[in-house]
Amino acid sequence: MTAVSVSGVTQVFNRGRPDEVTALSDVDLTVAAGEFVSLIGPSGCGKSTLLRLIADLLAPTTGTVEVSGKPARQARLEQAYGIAFQQAGLFEWRTVQRNVELPLELRGQSKAERRERAAEMLELVGLADFAGHYPAQLSGGMQQRVAIARALAVHPPLLLMDEPFGALDEMTRERLQTELLAICAQTGTSTVFVTHSIPEAVFLSDRVVVMSPRPGRITGTVGIDLPARDEAVRQSPDFFSHVTLVRKTLRGTP
Amino acid sequence: MRRVLPPVIVGVLALVAWELTVSLGRIAPFILPAPSAIGHELVAQRDNILSAAAASGLNALIGLLWGAAAGILAAMAASRFRLLADVSLPVAAVLNALPIIALAPILNNMFESTSNLPRRLVAGIIVFFPVFVNTLRGLREVDPTHRELMTSYAAKGWTFTRLVRLPGALPFVFTGLRQASSLAVIAAVVAEYFGGLQNGLGSRITSAAAFTAYPRAWAFVVGACLLGLIFYLTTLLLERLAMPWKARLLS
Repeated sequence: MTAVSVSGVTQVFNRGRPDEVTALSDVDLTVAAGEFVSLIGPSGCGKSTLLRLIADLLAPTTGTVEVSGKPARQARLEQAYGIAFQQAGLFEWRTVQRNVELPLELRGQSKAERRERAAEMLELVGLADFAGHYPAQLSGGMQQRVAIARALAVHPPLLLMDEPFGALDEMTRERLQTELLAICAQTGTSTVFVTHSIPEAVFLSDRVVVMSPRPGRITGTVGIDLPARDEAVRQSPDFFSHVTLVRKTLRGTP
Repeated sequence: MRRVLPPVIVGVLALVAWELTVSLGRIAPFILPAPSAIGHELVAQRDNILSAAAASGLNALIGLLWGAAAGILAAMAASRFRLLADVSLPVAAVLNALPIIALAPILNNMFESTSNLPRRLVAGIIVFFPVFVNTLRGLREVDPTHRELMTSYAAKGWTFTRLVRLPGALPFVFTGLRQASSLAVIAAVVAEYFGGLQNGLGSRITSAAAFTAYPRAWAFVVGACLLGLIFYLTTLLLERLAMPWKARLLS
């Protein structure tokens, strides 16, 4: 079972105008169920565009995108994925709990069900004590955890993340990475993760997909084979050799 | 205390300076009455001021309610249809440039002389503009992340408006309402200057002035000022109640 299948996708913005841009050119990508795949590359390589195509927030100019074997549009309408962005994007007028409940509310779930599920999700991200707080009362890291809880609230088979830790400090970032891996392992969620950071991609992923700009395309894939994903592994020679490998692939000098 | 004390001290000092200027400078009381004389009238006329303020206040309130409701509904319609917004904003700007208070005598002639309707119309029209413009701006400013999120939830149309646009626009709506609340009182009072019913603060001010009873006229002006303040503070209180997520940050 494949979680995501992208084939022959090209994305052209402002077609036929002087400012025409080819954001993605002939991209193929498959993500297996339960797999954690990172998209990495410099600005303008189209990694965020690719994520938005999978999320059906954009429609591809050519090619097809399938999520869990269904067309991307149908998958979106069925809420077959959860999504989180660099900005937590919480609704400041809703309490933390009601933010997590929102996707459930839109699915028409009952109040009791929503409350139970939101409590479960907040427990998962370690914010059970903050259910009644408003987002503005939380730190950036806590807000991002709420956003992840919200993305996972409908128990989606797929999690899409666009630099979710990009705006956080290094310490918070590393802690959230560990938490995210634990959550994904616990829920069996497949993940597509967009990032700028090579160590982040290596630490989180089963596979790192390297992209390059003008036009945006996939230039290489690095399989990550680490014995464990804990704080010790970040210092291991194995980890650094993978980082080096991804860096070389990014530069295009194997 | 620190926030309240300085303005109170300045206010008291200004009153003392005013009193001294009038009594020592021997300014004729029909030009500028002393605060003590106005205060005396304020006490003597308190029942009249209260009933006149109630009459003007009701007109202002009704004007505020319908003007605000119309402003918010119009903004919602205009935010929904781009063409409507493109057409309505210039029209609203022209409407605002029009000295609406100048419509009062014309509206007075349209209705019976015992009607409160023209005043409520004027107050409502004046309220409409700031509420419309601010609400429209609020409705249009949607966080792009919120937009993408709601798309990912397949939520659009009224669901999107109800869950994202309207609550997001609330701070803007209240900015408009705060301006409008004082304007409504001004409009309701000034509209009375052009005849019609003689029950409100505006008509009391003109009649007192016509009888050269200036301290009494000033006492009604103070009444109008207090009425405006009550409207403004009530709006502030409603703003706090409507947006608990902001109130909790302040406390």
